[in-house]
Amino acid sequence: MLNYLIKRLLSTIPVLIGISLLLFFMLRLLPGDPAQVLAGQMATPQEIENIRQQLGLDRPIYEQYANYLSRLVRFDLGRSARTQNPVTEEIWARLPNTLLLSVVAITLACLFGIPAGIISAVRPYSWIDYLVTTSALFGMSMPVFWLGLMLVVIFSIILKWLPAGGTGNWQHVILPSITLAAFVVAFIARMTRSTMLETLSQDYTTTARSKGLQERVVVIKHALKNAMIPIITVVGLQFGLLLGGAVLTETVFAWPGLGRLIVDSILARDYPVIQGTILIFGLLYIMVNLVVDLIYALVDPRIRYD
Amino acid sequence: MTDIAASSAAKAGNLTADSTLRRNWAKLKRNKAAMVGGVLIIIYLLSALLAPVMFSGNPAAPNLMNSLEPPSFKDPLGTDELGRSILGRIIYGSRVSLIIAVGVVFVGLICGIPLGLVSGYYGGKVDFIIQRATDAMLAFPGFLLALALVAVLGVGIKNTVISIGISMIPLYIRLVRGCVLSIREEVYVEAARAVGTRDVQILLRHILPNVMVPITVQTSLSMGTAILFAAGLGFLGIGVQPPTPEWGAMLGSARSYLFHAPHVATFPGIAIFLAVLSFNLLGDGLRDALDPRFKI
Repeated sequence: MLNYLIKRLLSTIPVLIGISLLLFFMLRLLPGDPAQVLAGQMATPQEIENIRQQLGLDRPIYEQYANYLSRLVRFDLGRSARTQNPVTEEIWARLPNTLLLSVVAITLACLFGIPAGIISAVRPYSWIDYLVTTSALFGMSMPVFWLGLMLVVIFSIILKWLPAGGTGNWQHVILPSITLAAFVVAFIARMTRSTMLETLSQDYTTTARSKGLQERVVVIKHALKNAMIPIITVVGLQFGLLLGGAVLTETVFAWPGLGRLIVDSILARDYPVIQGTILIFGLLYIMVNLVVDLIYALVDPRIRYD
Repeated sequence: MTDIAASSAAKAGNLTADSTLRRNWAKLKRNKAAMVGGVLIIIYLLSALLAPVMFSGNPAAPNLMNSLEPPSFKDPLGTDELGRSILGRIIYGSRVSLIIAVGVVFVGLICGIPLGLVSGYYGGKVDFIIQRATDAMLAFPGFLLALALVAVLGVGIKNTVISIGISMIPLYIRLVRGCVLSIREEVYVEAARAVGTRDVQILLRHILPNVMVPITVQTSLSMGTAILFAAGLGFLGIGVQPPTPEWGAMLGSARSYLFHAPHVATFPGIAIFLAVLSFNLLGDGLRDALDPRFKI
């Protein structure tokens, strides 16, 4: 297991290099002087000169990239052109909010999506199957930001049950997390249904039934257990989708997370923060995929990593 | 003699293609959801093409005396904060979203197919380089990659198309490469290689036609995703800019008037939802009808 973990961590290195190259050239592709771009429009000539020296913009491009990598390894992401605060500080202040929203949303999505998919597969072509598959298709097609706005209209403006935005207590988390969960629950339900349909038609399920086991035991202990790998894969992949959705959801609900930070930074052309936030999103996504790989071994004893 | 043989082979080929097409069409017709999707797409296309006929006014011209009016006979979907007809802006908005969706898929196809073909067919170092670049792009969720590219390229229709299009390229590369890996081992490809057919010809005449089914399905689904992404960027204020009528941007500006006039946010959202739903329904139907794995 440890060997696999080390191998898997090593395999992320080319991807990390790819991400760093993407972020490095992102600034070089912009028209104009990268030092001016990083310093922002209000910067003094002295500030621009300081950044130019710090980045070594007069040196060859490979030296600049090595310099950039060395700062990246030390988590030195520069300073925000807007607030002049270190980018890492800006990110750490908002990261917990995005993680809270994402974790609550993915938990909700699993709690609703997996049972819905199972029920749908157990009773194929019944009214409940049609209800689940149609709702899933609707969920996949619905713009997350519109759903958020409609939830605000219903629950905040008309019924006055929940706050329309911001942070504070647990009530503030409900609408944004439901909005975000709706975005991924559809995919999870669809994948659970199709995988369960497959495992329910396997020989071992027929054997379990012919042994006289209760249907509940057959479905949960035999079919679902074998369907878990693709379901976990799709949950992991949906986490990435969720991060994309978080950008929109946080904007709808004025939620102070990373998504809102990146949008504000794009609008203000605050490139150090844009670079830093994209890097963190990329790292989060890689880490989730790594965790998913490790969970495989826990749910399926046939998978051995040694 | 050779001409006769070639022409009869061509005829036989056409007949086979015809019957496959007919069989697939019959399958697709049986899928009611796909047909609903198809009808919705036709309505969407018609409203995009006939926008000036369906709505005679200027969808961008403000009329402040008429702002935030609820739905009425004069303005069936009401008016926005600048007094512009929401129906008119939705009709004209279908043009913008269609242009973006087609453009995005074009960028994805034109870059993704050749790279996927080359990567899968040649393998080795070329494959390694293309796949690592694809990995790096896939390390970001699609919408975030588009967002990052918009940050570099700037706002507007053209940059929205390029940004979302680039974010779609890795999907096509992976899809095409996966198919090529299995097709390149087929006997007919080996035979073509044995008689000295050039690689470009093998790729274009023998491999590409066999990859077209998954590409067609993916294209339909990508159109929906492109509309959703473009609307998302418009909503955030970093996509298509006002006064161009764009569904996402309409929702973005409606956010400030949610308490007084919720209808302003309701209808553009329904338009986005139906457009995306139609492509998803058709994509699902096409997959069921064309994908050999689903053949009974």
